[in-house]
Amino acid sequence: MLAKRIIPCLDVKEGKVVKGVHFVNLKDAGDPVELAKEYNKQGADELVFLDITASHEKRKIMIDVVKQVAKEIFIPFTVGGGIKTIEDIRDILNAGADKVSINTAVVEDPSLIKRASEKFGSQCIVLAIDAKSNDKMKNGFEVYTYGGRKATGKDAIEWAKKGEKLGAGEILLTSMDRDGTKLGFDLVLTKKISEAVNIPVIASGGGGLLPHFADVFKEGKADAALAASIFHYGEYTVEDIKNYLKENRIVVRE
Amino acid sequence: MIAIIDYGAGNLQSVKNALDSLKAESIITSDAKEIIKAEKAIFPGVGSFGDVIRALNDKDLIEPIIKFLEDGKPFLGICLGMQVLFEESEESPGVEGLSIFEGKCKKLKAALKVPQIGWNQLKTQKESKLLEGIKDKSFFYFVHSYYADPEDKNIVLATTDYGNEFVSAVEKDNVFGLQFHPERSGEVGLKILKNFVELR
Repeated sequence: MLAKRIIPCLDVKEGKVVKGVHFVNLKDAGDPVELAKEYNKQGADELVFLDITASHEKRKIMIDVVKQVAKEIFIPFTVGGGIKTIEDIRDILNAGADKVSINTAVVEDPSLIKRASEKFGSQCIVLAIDAKSNDKMKNGFEVYTYGGRKATGKDAIEWAKKGEKLGAGEILLTSMDRDGTKLGFDLVLTKKISEAVNIPVIASGGGGLLPHFADVFKEGKADAALAASIFHYGEYTVEDIKNYLKENRIVVRE
Repeated sequence: MIAIIDYGAGNLQSVKNALDSLKAESIITSDAKEIIKAEKAIFPGVGSFGDVIRALNDKDLIEPIIKFLEDGKPFLGICLGMQVLFEESEESPGVEGLSIFEGKCKKLKAALKVPQIGWNQLKTQKESKLLEGIKDKSFFYFVHSYYADPEDKNIVLATTDYGNEFVSAVEKDNVFGLQFHPERSGEVGLKILKNFVELR
């Protein structure tokens, strides 16, 4: 059976992890490579690095981080944040990342999904969707860009379907209503998107307690769950979540 | 020296990084002479069946690969690199594969999500040096829409369930094929690569 995936997300700014976990055995909680190794040891199925570097000049630092991670971690990892062009994608993939996740640039130019997936393969193009509930939308959720600052007027479910058609290989779906709340994943949103497309959906935003993870797989029909703060603050390890899922008869990688 | 065969598409660095971590000497190359000279070869594939065959043709790599295989040296095809060892694929009708193995590549059944992306289990079907030390039902990382269906079931090392059972590892003489990515499958993946490196 295909396992449900647990994916820790690390926010990286100018080469340093922001909100780094204070694992006692780590020398430097801000070092992305050290943290990646720790999550790998805990049984993470994949890793996502979100580059939140604001300055354009300093974005190249991320390439070095990717190179170092790729030398030491042998599980898939995705890099997202600020990716705009085919060249940006190529640089990240060549440095050793397996996938890139893109939100704003593909909303503004959907043809980028098609061009990128034709060039590098669908398997490495992850469509990131930041969605927020809005009754005015046909299916109740609106797509946001620029890190949640700009409403686009696009219906999230329609956009997911279009993204799949253009060649996206996976969808990284973040509920803006739930992000950072630890109230649980948005099961309505996740289920709607997961049932609308035939590519894997990674649910993000709101995972704070163990049962939230069982819910997002059982009710939300997600293929993977991504979380950040639950791990960052050391509340639960990846292993804790997987043990809980196993007890609830959800297949996870051991 | 292990040649990682570069046909100009896809990222081969992850295979190289994995071999580096095992302290195995390797080189990413599209040079026919270097490939023939190598003791072992790894052939990772991404893109489509047709793309890979076309790229191999463009770079005049088909003959050197066949020569390498005929010399009896260990050869490992990964993902699409395993599929092109078969005769043909539903993915690219009319394109002839390398035909080292008899059989055809077929599309995964659409009842589940296609491509299959994620960690799935190997069911060991046969003892093999390549899978030595790998516990039955270990998880490996898969990304694929097609799978190889060999005519000769004796070459099957392992199968995997995804709606239906499909063949996920094969071996015949010196030629090995893996549908999953050992270079992306954590410790168990590295163990398989180590087994390959240590083959005599």
